[in-house]
Amino acid sequence: MIEGILIGLETALSLKNILMVMMGCFFGTIIGMLPGLGPMTAIALMIPITYGFEPATGLILMAGVYYGAVFGGSTSSILINAPGVPGTVATSFDGYPMAQQGKAGKALAIAAYSSFAGGTLAAIFLLFAAPSLSKVSLAFRSPDYFALMVLGLTAVSAFSAKGQFLKAMMMVILGLMLASVGQDSLSDITRFTFGNINLLDGISFVLVVMATFAMSEALTIILKGKDPSRATQQISLSKLGSIRLDKEERNKMLKSIPRSSVIGFLVGVLPGAGATIASFLAYGVERNFVSDEEKQKFGKGSVHGLAAPETANNAACSGAFVPLLTLGIPGSGTTAVMLGALLGFGIQPGPRLYMTHPEIFWSVIMSMYIGMVILLILNLPLIPYIARILAVPKNFLIPLILFFSVTGIYLMSFNNFDIFLMIGIAVVATFLRLYKFPMPPLILAFVLGGLMEENLRRSLLISDGSFEFLWDRPLTAIILTLTITIISWQVYKSFKK
Amino acid sequence: MRNIKKIVSVLFSAILLFSATTTSSIAIDKLHFVIGGGAGGGWDGTARGTGEALTKAGMLKSASFENMSGGGGGKALAFMINTKPSDTILVQSTPLVLRSITRHKGYVAGDGVLSYNDVTPIAGVIGDYGAIAVAKDSPYKTFGEVVAAYKKDPKSIKMAGGSVRGSMDHLIGALAFQEAGADPNKVVYVPYDAGGKALAGLLSGETQILSTGLGEVMGARDQVNIIGITAPSRVGDAPDVPTLKEQGFDVQFVNWRGFFGPPGMSSSMKNEIAKMLGDVQKTPEWEVVRKRNAWVNIYNPGDKFVSFLEKQTVEMTALMKKLGVI
Repeated sequence: MIEGILIGLETALSLKNILMVMMGCFFGTIIGMLPGLGPMTAIALMIPITYGFEPATGLILMAGVYYGAVFGGSTSSILINAPGVPGTVATSFDGYPMAQQGKAGKALAIAAYSSFAGGTLAAIFLLFAAPSLSKVSLAFRSPDYFALMVLGLTAVSAFSAKGQFLKAMMMVILGLMLASVGQDSLSDITRFTFGNINLLDGISFVLVVMATFAMSEALTIILKGKDPSRATQQISLSKLGSIRLDKEERNKMLKSIPRSSVIGFLVGVLPGAGATIASFLAYGVERNFVSDEEKQKFGKGSVHGLAAPETANNAACSGAFVPLLTLGIPGSGTTAVMLGALLGFGIQPGPRLYMTHPEIFWSVIMSMYIGMVILLILNLPLIPYIARILAVPKNFLIPLILFFSVTGIYLMSFNNFDIFLMIGIAVVATFLRLYKFPMPPLILAFVLGGLMEENLRRSLLISDGSFEFLWDRPLTAIILTLTITIISWQVYKSFKK
Repeated sequence: MRNIKKIVSVLFSAILLFSATTTSSIAIDKLHFVIGGGAGGGWDGTARGTGEALTKAGMLKSASFENMSGGGGGKALAFMINTKPSDTILVQSTPLVLRSITRHKGYVAGDGVLSYNDVTPIAGVIGDYGAIAVAKDSPYKTFGEVVAAYKKDPKSIKMAGGSVRGSMDHLIGALAFQEAGADPNKVVYVPYDAGGKALAGLLSGETQILSTGLGEVMGARDQVNIIGITAPSRVGDAPDVPTLKEQGFDVQFVNWRGFFGPPGMSSSMKNEIAKMLGDVQKTPEWEVVRKRNAWVNIYNPGDKFVSFLEKQTVEMTALMKKLGVI
């Protein structure tokens, strides 16, 4: 392994590759920050640029763009509640309220530190555990995935705490309904497509996120145009506030980071689960770790609630490289694009990658450390400038958000239909927002719904229709027990009151 | 006066002759490839690889590519049929035949079932054989052992594949079981939504065998044993992998990938492109691309291609009826 690290360092530390990491991080941050343009678009834009590069250099650039975009995505989540990246949706739950309280600088600093810590810790895990971790993720079977998704859904309780339980549950059902549109992934039957070919592949996740967050947020602002409280908020936001954290905030953050980085990394390793699920899961778990008093602050600007998903999504990005590099299985949509790029270089990622191309395997891991340092440097001093987005008057900002939403979705699919669908969903979401329906449960259910159904039905198929799979395997049973414990704890708490 | 008439008629016929010769050798210098799936997929690789070889070998001045995802390729197909673009070809593969068989209606308004007959088949270019694989530590070493275990206890064998019921992955395994005298409809098929996930399912132990394309499992040969492929004889890239045929199960199946023109494409244009696709396979530039992707050359142009598609349609229809997917 030491030999591998040396090969990796040698490749990663060449001037050209360091330059690539810097470039990747910079562009990634910019692209990730713009609502509507996520890492997938960013990496897709890099594919023609890397054409003719050495594979290691190309991959290092794309990895830089990837975590740069996740870093940058948190900025727009915090400042304008418009997550540029699905993985940073959870960041907005507490980041945005913090920014509204005039603590935008602090929120951005917490996000930068947590991202750095999450990414770096996960890169260390990756280094030491990559070979054996592929075995761990392979041990997961469909029932375990199903149990994990159910565990993920318990995070909904985090949003229902404000006396909105019924509304949250209604949004969950709406999310599950949206997830069921399209061709059924098990039996080739089309559902709720109304004979429209554009709905055959289902509704794109990014589209739903853009519609329910960026776009409907912008529309809500327009509709509430003369709301004086909004106007004052906008003014207070233009004063960013200090980026220095006090001792209490630092301690809270340091408590959240270790557990969330482990969660994030492990979820990232699982094929199919990525930064998005990791951040939701970390947010939900974190809420169960903190004191009652702190729990009340969740959704209203909690340090824990911000640090946890930020740590987890970056940790998951590193984690997603484990199945990609060791198995050739993309752990997320973004790594799927990278897999395509790798194949374009003529490299088949798989169990033999680190024997046939050790320089690629190790240099990518090594470049992650360099990338994390660059991102921290890039983000902390640049925060005041980045925050200038907010100084832009609403008259400019809102059209900009709408513009990037529309172009972003079009750049993903080159399909006009998606634009109309997004506008339709955004209009509905705007009405729901006006009636104070929470959006996050919808997103969570939408992500988990399809996977949950797929894994449940596959489990049933394998166990010949019997539900024994729920307790047959220790791993499934453990995850489900954990889920039941969390739910009963919530119920017990609410009865105690 | 007569002379002038003569000169005019000579000139006129010369012009006619000239224009006739230019049309008969339509020099195609640019081609637009329409890809019915996203970047990085099998169709994408085939189109871009072919385009790369054609331009690098100097047979084509420029090749452009357009990804048009949606409806499992249906959107790109509808685009070809509705807009009839010039200098444009569509990459497709076996699923086109399966799509024609199953009841995918409504891709083109009022046009009922869409099939390969709605576009112009130009040529099949490469193929991928089907493969049955087991985990390295599996007790089964041959397909015969799998069948024996299945006949003893049908529930002991679960077959994984990277796509839905009735898809190619499912049909490959079903064909093999059918040939072994088992009821293919009784074999439990466990669908995953990607080949990689199906492989992970096999390695996790929740399924016993994996039925998919050979290309899909070639990269994972450290962790799986390929116990049979649907090729007529062993393939050069994996000489140690046995065919199902040599084990006594005469199963032959090839997932072809090929190109189609818009409906009503002129036959001279069609033949020109078909010839180009065949000639390029003899160039070293193609060999580079082929080797990189571990493709098998199965050049199959024009009418031969159409009769192959017809034969595959008949075979697959029979099997899919048996499986109850249509």
